[in-house]
Amino acid sequence: MKTETPNERRRFLLSIARGIGLSAMGALVWSAYVGEVKAAPLVLRPPGALDEAEFIKNCIKCGLCVEACPYDTLILARPGDNLPMGTPYFTPRSVPCYMCTDIPCVPVCPSGALNELSVTSYVKNKAVLDINKAHMGLAVVDENSCIATWGIQCDACYRACPLLGEAITIEHSKNDRTGKHAFLKPVVHPDQCTGCGLCEHACVTEIAAIHILPRALAMGKVGDHYIKGWDKEDEKRLEGASIEVTKTKISEKSALDSLNDEGGL
Amino acid sequence: MKNYRYLLLRRLTQISLLVLYVGANIWGWKVLQGNLSSSSVLGVVPLSDPYAVMQIAVTGASFGMDILLGALIVALFYGVIGGRAFCSWVCPINMITDTAAWLRRVLKFSEVQKRFYMSRSLRYWILGLSLILSALMGVAVFELISPISMAHRGLIFGMGMGGGALAVIFLFDLLVHENGWCGYICPLGATHSLIGKFSLIRVWHDAPKCTDCRSCITVCPEKEVLHMINRSSESVIMGECTNCGRCVDVCQEDALRFSIRSFTKQPKDEE
Repeated sequence: MKTETPNERRRFLLSIARGIGLSAMGALVWSAYVGEVKAAPLVLRPPGALDEAEFIKNCIKCGLCVEACPYDTLILARPGDNLPMGTPYFTPRSVPCYMCTDIPCVPVCPSGALNELSVTSYVKNKAVLDINKAHMGLAVVDENSCIATWGIQCDACYRACPLLGEAITIEHSKNDRTGKHAFLKPVVHPDQCTGCGLCEHACVTEIAAIHILPRALAMGKVGDHYIKGWDKEDEKRLEGASIEVTKTKISEKSALDSLNDEGGL
Repeated sequence: MKNYRYLLLRRLTQISLLVLYVGANIWGWKVLQGNLSSSSVLGVVPLSDPYAVMQIAVTGASFGMDILLGALIVALFYGVIGGRAFCSWVCPINMITDTAAWLRRVLKFSEVQKRFYMSRSLRYWILGLSLILSALMGVAVFELISPISMAHRGLIFGMGMGGGALAVIFLFDLLVHENGWCGYICPLGATHSLIGKFSLIRVWHDAPKCTDCRSCITVCPEKEVLHMINRSSESVIMGECTNCGRCVDVCQEDALRFSIRSFTKQPKDEE
């Protein structure tokens, strides 16, 4: 048997240490870059897209959805777009989603990043694609720059909406400035709004006063602590509610004892 | 012409595939849609990049059956027949790195430049690292920086600033290291080396015909695989061989040709 000289052993250990060190260096640089580029919250995905974190895991960046889109709405993020490279997105102010009823972009997705089930409805127990179930984003109105809220008559977004009267309705209120006119303000309904962006595309102001935001950015969440007690449907939300009770120094004893003990009374 | 047979065939294959992909996006041809990450042949057969699917799988994504099936078809094809042919017959980067390598030879860079050391196994480390990072970061990390998909997507869907990445590879191969990208760094090539390790179509070296002119070694992008030149008659079996056929093209003595993998080998002296 050949015995190793200390020199060879040292060389062996050093080469392993070097490999590990270089890998760690590469990993740090690489993950820093990836961390930067995948954090792009302001991106609108095609219909049926999974939540952003899951979408980014699944999408293989093949562009089949882009090729299927008849309006050239979808674009694959190019280097320089500062979005996760190669993933599909759209910019409604340039080209909105025209909500094709056969949703050609979704069934072609090979990776499951666009989930057909999320845009499927059942009519007489038969599955049919239903673009109205899409939630690509949510229209948000900037009342400051919406001329309808100034009292100038404009219903461009309302008329452009493919779910006219459902996703956007017009709210009437009195115009106190003139005393004889009405404000006709657009109001967006998040449950119906698909985020197609036809409203943003149609908006007449220089920069659209109604624009589509990713739903995760535009929407809040009530949580378990408040329900609509007058609404049987809303009470269902409590079924999965957490029963966690926090204990602080004050709540260790019952409320009464805790109050009675206060200040040694 | 004989000296360029496989080179021309490869360029023809690379360019025809590109034309089919571009035609799918611009004119709606159905022959080959998508890109090298995942495609659909005639709208029916899925093809997917096995390495991309591996990265997606380790993120824990609930991915679709189509890309899994596509990756299996591709892996099976190269694993049984083609070897690492993807790199030299399909990958669009090959045209860039071949140009850089050719220019290097013409300008005699390797003669004046001191080589700095890079290990041929670096690509396998990068491959391993990419899988670990994909699992940790929850996203296919190489797909976010891959100049291969960047180039291919760029040609089909619009390049953006992607030209910069291609220039980096060209300059790296030209000025820093001969065959630096494909031969040392690219983890997709490494994946194909592993997939094609046992594939059947191989270059056969007929040692008795060899005059030891070394032309094959000069043009070979993976010189280690030709260790048997002028020593023994055997198949080039290392997975790193890209089956590009340049050695076959340049050999004036017909000592190299494509054939079915052979498991025998015979030292030159014994014949």
